[in-house]
Amino acid sequence: MPALQLRNVRKTYQSGDSEIVALDHANLEVPDDEILALIGPSGSGKTTLLSIAGGLLSPSEGNVVVGGHDITEYSAKDLTRFRREEVGFVFQTVNLVPFLTARENIMVAAELAGRGSEKAARARADQLLEELGLARRADNLPAQLSGGERQRVAIGRALMNEPKLILVDEPTSALDTKLGNQVMELIVGEVKSRKTAAIIVTHDTRMVHYADRTVSITDGVLAA
Amino acid sequence: MRLALRELRRSKRRFTPTMVALSLLVVLLLMLGGLLDGLYIGSTGALRAQKSELVVFDASARESTLRSRIEPATRATIEDVDGVAATYGFGIALVGAEVPGETDLADAAVIGYEGNVDGVPAPPEPGTAWADKSLEASGVAVGDTIRVGPTRIPLEVVGWVEDTNYLQQGGLWVEPDTWREVLAESRPGAAVGDDVFQNVWVALADGADADTVAAAIDDATGTTETITRDAAVLALPGIKEQNSIFTQIIAVTFLVAGLVVALFFALLTLERTPMLGVLKAVGASSRQLVGSLLTQTLVVTAIAYLIGALVALGLDAVIPPEVPIAITSSRAVFVAVGVFVAAAIGGAISLRRIIRIDPASAIGTGT
Repeated sequence: MPALQLRNVRKTYQSGDSEIVALDHANLEVPDDEILALIGPSGSGKTTLLSIAGGLLSPSEGNVVVGGHDITEYSAKDLTRFRREEVGFVFQTVNLVPFLTARENIMVAAELAGRGSEKAARARADQLLEELGLARRADNLPAQLSGGERQRVAIGRALMNEPKLILVDEPTSALDTKLGNQVMELIVGEVKSRKTAAIIVTHDTRMVHYADRTVSITDGVLAA
Repeated sequence: MRLALRELRRSKRRFTPTMVALSLLVVLLLMLGGLLDGLYIGSTGALRAQKSELVVFDASARESTLRSRIEPATRATIEDVDGVAATYGFGIALVGAEVPGETDLADAAVIGYEGNVDGVPAPPEPGTAWADKSLEASGVAVGDTIRVGPTRIPLEVVGWVEDTNYLQQGGLWVEPDTWREVLAESRPGAAVGDDVFQNVWVALADGADADTVAAAIDDATGTTETITRDAAVLALPGIKEQNSIFTQIIAVTFLVAGLVVALFFALLTLERTPMLGVLKAVGASSRQLVGSLLTQTLVVTAIAYLIGALVALGLDAVIPPEVPIAITSSRAVFVAVGVFVAAAIGGAISLRRIIRIDPASAIGTGT
């Protein structure tokens, strides 16, 4: 079963009297262990596609199926649960909660879910920190971490709930080439070791070789 | 909830200004309320202590005890009215009292009464008085013989009573003839004859309606105005105006407390919008985020209230006893409830903004 299927997905916005098409009848299938790079210029619809796949936006037309479940008709409450349990996000800018330590930032999704024991969540967070090379930084606040370390914590947060699909938005845009490569290697390593699907949105063509497949998007239209 | 508490614990500096402002407002509310209660208690105790439901004034006295006179014949008419179980004569003389060992005169209200007063035993022997405990601050002690009025009539204090003052003057409860003597010496023009009182308090028979009996008394005598105990309290000089002014100031202070909280959390929410967007994107519900804000509002308010109450109690302890401040437990509860309600309403101003934060804003933006 594919991790993600977009079936004829269209997303439009009203701007005054005119209609802006952000995504135009997009069809896409991402198998459950594939890393897909989505490339395209600014305003091409990359972020819209990622937002729709992650349940942050609802499509105007078409269906979005994640892990066999059609999320198109989900209520706001169902989408909140879906985002918490089924997908992992790594945002463009490192969006860590400033008053939580590295470990707590990773645990935040588990805490929000309010299920399972805190001990188990803590053990899992510590395991992720270990894998990400941050074991010694577990109790540091984001302000005490370097840019690369913060990005690694964000990756840990995305992996915490063992999602079926990981959505990564411009992970290297704020990093230099060396650090960008390190982060991409880390993402690929973590995703591949879990046999999880991932979509990585990037405008940096130097990073596409990390993906199994590359799809480009222009003016809302997908092209393989 | 845990997120909210962690932020409070780790970002203390962010919440401190609001906490300090709220604490000061709590101090202000408790001191204003304490002053209002102190003034009210110190002015009205002698009337509030009455067990009788109604009090009769001479109609021309315009509800003033000091101006009123009730003759024995009028009292007899009152006692014949249906629904009247018993009557109790009552009178007051405001005097200065010379206290042994003290250079300043104590302000005293010599109160003549016949009984049926809550917390005050039966009238003592002539020449003796039950003294209100507040007179202790003026140097009065049980066993002292204090001298009242211009001719320094001696009164031996035989025991304490509490919360029985009249117009901020310490109550000295005496039998009627002693009161008449003091009144005649202190205000010769206002002297009253034997068996004459300023007021008559009326205890109602079981099942009798106060308003009906009051109207019946005034119809029967044709010269009296009968009102309830509560109305008599409010008829005291300045009480209504005092209550009204203080209540307005207190209401405005509650409003300011609400505005302080509203402004702070509105700014905090505005500043945290990107972070809240991220939390929504990773699965926080609006309900959880709203719960966090309300938790922070209530914790900040609780700490501010605690600090404010401690400061107010400290101030109360060092303020001279002449200043009539009484921070009562009911006032403390009233201020607590008022501050919490004001803070909750203030905090709720930001709820709409939190609910409207779009989780999609997390993508392509950053904190």
